[in-house]
Amino acid sequence: MTSTTKESIHQDNLLEVKDLKISFKTDEGIVTAVDGVNFSVKRGQTLGIVGESGSGKSVSTWSIMRLLPKNSIIQKNSSIQFRRKDDEVVEITNLRPTSRELRELRGGEVALIFQEPMSSFSPVYTIGNQIMEAILQHRDVSKDEAQEIAIDMLDRVGISNPRQRFRQYPFELSGGMRQRAMIAVALSMNPSLLIADEPTTSLDVTIQAQILKLMRDLQQDLGMSIIFITHNLGVIAQVADEVEVMYLGKILERGTAKEIIHQPQHPYTQALLRAIPQLDHLGERLTAISGDIPSPLARPAGCPFHTRCEKIIPGTCDAEMPSPTQLSDTHIVYCFLHEDRDV
Amino acid sequence: MTTSNLPSTALQTPISQTESEEALRYYSATQLQLILWRFRKHHIAKLGAFILITLALVGLFAEFFAPYTGTTRISGAVLVSPQMPRFCNDDGCTLRPFLPGVTSERNPETLRMEVKIDPTIRREIKFFIQGEPYKLLGFIEMQTHLFGVDEGSVHLFGTDSLGRDIFTRILLATRTSLSIGILGVLISFVLALIIGGMAGYFGGWLDYVIQRLTEIVRVVPVIPLYMGLAAAFPTEWSSTQVYFAMTLILAVVGWPTLARRIRGKLLSLRGEDYVVAASLAGARPSRIIARHLLPAFMSYIIVDLVISFPYMLLSETALSFVGLGLRPPTISWGVLLQDAQTVRAIEQAPWLFIPAAFVVIAVLSFTVLGDGLRDAADPYQISG
Amino acid sequence: MIKFLIQRIIGMVVTMFFVSIMVFIIMELPPGDYADRWAFRKFSGTGTQITEADIDNIRAEFGLDRPAPERYLNWIGGIILHGDFGEAFSFQTSVNNVIGQKIGLTMAILFSTLVVTYLISIPVGMYAAIRRNSIEDYALTVFSYLGFALPNFLLALVLLYISITVFDSSVGGLFSPEYADAPWSVEKALDLFSHLIIPAIVLAWSATAFQLQTVRATMLDEINNLSVTAARARGVPEWKLLLKYPARLAINPVVSTVSFDANRIFSELPIVALVLGLPELGELLLKSYLDLDMFVAGAILLVLTFMIVFMNFLSDIALAILDPRVKLIEG
Repeated sequence: MTSTTKESIHQDNLLEVKDLKISFKTDEGIVTAVDGVNFSVKRGQTLGIVGESGSGKSVSTWSIMRLLPKNSIIQKNSSIQFRRKDDEVVEITNLRPTSRELRELRGGEVALIFQEPMSSFSPVYTIGNQIMEAILQHRDVSKDEAQEIAIDMLDRVGISNPRQRFRQYPFELSGGMRQRAMIAVALSMNPSLLIADEPTTSLDVTIQAQILKLMRDLQQDLGMSIIFITHNLGVIAQVADEVEVMYLGKILERGTAKEIIHQPQHPYTQALLRAIPQLDHLGERLTAISGDIPSPLARPAGCPFHTRCEKIIPGTCDAEMPSPTQLSDTHIVYCFLHEDRDV
Repeated sequence: MTTSNLPSTALQTPISQTESEEALRYYSATQLQLILWRFRKHHIAKLGAFILITLALVGLFAEFFAPYTGTTRISGAVLVSPQMPRFCNDDGCTLRPFLPGVTSERNPETLRMEVKIDPTIRREIKFFIQGEPYKLLGFIEMQTHLFGVDEGSVHLFGTDSLGRDIFTRILLATRTSLSIGILGVLISFVLALIIGGMAGYFGGWLDYVIQRLTEIVRVVPVIPLYMGLAAAFPTEWSSTQVYFAMTLILAVVGWPTLARRIRGKLLSLRGEDYVVAASLAGARPSRIIARHLLPAFMSYIIVDLVISFPYMLLSETALSFVGLGLRPPTISWGVLLQDAQTVRAIEQAPWLFIPAAFVVIAVLSFTVLGDGLRDAADPYQISG
Repeated sequence: MIKFLIQRIIGMVVTMFFVSIMVFIIMELPPGDYADRWAFRKFSGTGTQITEADIDNIRAEFGLDRPAPERYLNWIGGIILHGDFGEAFSFQTSVNNVIGQKIGLTMAILFSTLVVTYLISIPVGMYAAIRRNSIEDYALTVFSYLGFALPNFLLALVLLYISITVFDSSVGGLFSPEYADAPWSVEKALDLFSHLIIPAIVLAWSATAFQLQTVRATMLDEINNLSVTAARARGVPEWKLLLKYPARLAINPVVSTVSFDANRIFSELPIVALVLGLPELGELLLKSYLDLDMFVAGAILLVLTFMIVFMNFLSDIALAILDPRVKLIEG
């Protein structure tokens, strides 16, 4: 059951998410994890999503491929529209989670890689087995051909001795190699959108740099779009074309990477940037953001950041959520401080 | 709100006057209090606990609750089916429960005395009636029984082939079965603590030897092993001696499992920083074990104990059932079930099977209780 | 792999050695020995006077007057070298004759019970995990509690009672009367199968309940594993997912506890066999204990334990095949 609404998705866009609201049924009640979020990804571009844990960044991206657990609820008005390879636009929220159409999209057009490369692979099957499983699912090739594609892919991502590694089990590979293998699996299905959920967070810095370079190169070669999720602003600066800043299920600011890093407007974004330790400011105290992120069970009213904001306007910020202020073609901020600056 | 607050929320929002007391209580509660709090919410487990306490009380004061003694034989009342007291009959209803009247007649064919029911006569059930003397708790001389009848006899669960009141015998058996289980578990626990504790704490070759030992004992099928040991009881032993010996064997064969769990836990805890710190500060191994390690997994141990109990109970029942366990006049549920060994027996007198219900109820109660305790004691489970 | 195998085999031998010592001690435990009992039986049976000399003669004849270590070596030597388990005194024949055919029957009971157990517990456990917190899951939990609480032998009694009162047929024994002593044939085998079902169900009762919960718990752990979500994200169909990933891991604990199940089955066998009248080793064991025929008892204990140890060995190998991590750790 597809609904194609060509008029509501921009020609350059591969993905448009509008008013996404996701909640979970838990023992303690219904918890809202994502509270009305909009974002879009252009063809061949990288969208970076920045946020602390609990910001809803993973939940919102996993929902694109309906990978959330059974107790999740996507609200009726939410819309996730994806442009398929045949140029048809699909409304993902209308697809049943077990439908064949969704399965074809999963991996074949939208691939995910996860934070924990060890846990993303099953320990009882070889790497080769799991890559081939993905290839055979989406491409009409024989087993031998699939094996060659897989080995070629392993080589492409920079794994040495790919033929040997193919036959090995996940625990026999190092962390960096496993993450490369994860990327290999994702790419072997030739997706148009790659969602990378904190892919380098569990790796050490040198490997991190290698993986980031690999992803950039592959993106160039294959013309893929990427959604890159992380809490690390330094990484975002290296990979993203556009950046969204999320907090407690809402987007607080969005813009190009340059705009966000050099001209952050939202107090939260500014605080995040200030918190990054600077090598040339040795000897100074680190500036942390005071307070803790509130529990989603006890969401603050109004702007979610107001409980920790230094520039809070009492009476306003704790009463309503600010509406978006368009600062430029690409730069949007949700903050009462900037309400009058609408372009 | 109450204890369901996640610590971070309590820290973060300014603590108001009314909230602070609750929060304070929560944070300063001892481990035991925390466990009890959460346990209270587990309704089925509470039911299990209630049943067990009832059984224990009944067993303790069995002679009072029962109308007769374990060996009283009522002539003419062989294999009588259970008699339920009623409140009403053709003549009307009263508040006092009663049984229909009985007369003893000699059956012309079998020449045995039989009881015939006379529906017109009511025999009232009297409470706190004087009956056969006994010693409550073993030393208080008493004669009062909870209930009984003046004429004839009352058999709530019927009688067996020797005319003995089954209700009475079941109550007395409760005491034996439960106590064997408890004693067995306790002894087993002490053994497991000492042996398993040493293995887990000292490691090395001691650990290896003990591990081999436990493996060997565990590999042999349990009941055949018990039987082998039980078969060795000389026939001359008194029933009390058999009782204690049985408890001992149950414990001796049962400790490997407990020991293994203790050892496992100790091994994993041994490397914890606070243990290293304690030993660096000069604490003796026994002190470290007692003061630091044990409390850490006390909750698991308690749960293990509660869960081992049904195992002991079932083993004793099985052994007594086949005649390799307790000897008369000791009565346990298993001994009572000896009368129900064949299908013929059950066909003739299905009520002989009632002790089985008690076994099942006791085991279920313990299992449910153990589950409830485990849920309550698990510090990683966030409950409402 | 070879190293692994050899390690395990040596372990088996060492364990069996110690077990044999333990069994021998058990055999020695009952006061008096066969000669005394023989004398007692003869006397009470026929009234003939037995003298000390007679008893001593019996002793010498059966080698019962030798010191314990020597008797142990004789016994163990006989078993290992000749496969001879000694004399079954109360049966007036060798132990081998007595236990011979029963070993096969006992193993038949064991395997049919294991088959029933795993055939039911694995799929049902998986189903319960997938349908977590549903009514079916809840019902299965209740069943599991009951399975644990109700002793097998009592269940056997209940089943017998039902079969007689409701179906008016007897389900005891392993063979119908006409096949009991007949030579083996296809019909006899079929008859055996039809009679194996009830004992298998009775014995499998508590094991099934337990394994069901284990499978369910492992499945639940694994279903939420990231690797399953990752596979789902690759577009693998749901049913294939569940069978390939969590199921494969859920089987591990089952495989590794096969010997426990065997242990428990053999443990409950004597009593269930008594109730159901099954002519196999368990029942024989009981009889030999009551008769204090310790050679038979010892032999049965050894055989049963050996089967358990062997199953342990097999499950270790199976686990190594199923889970590649095991081989690597063990070397």
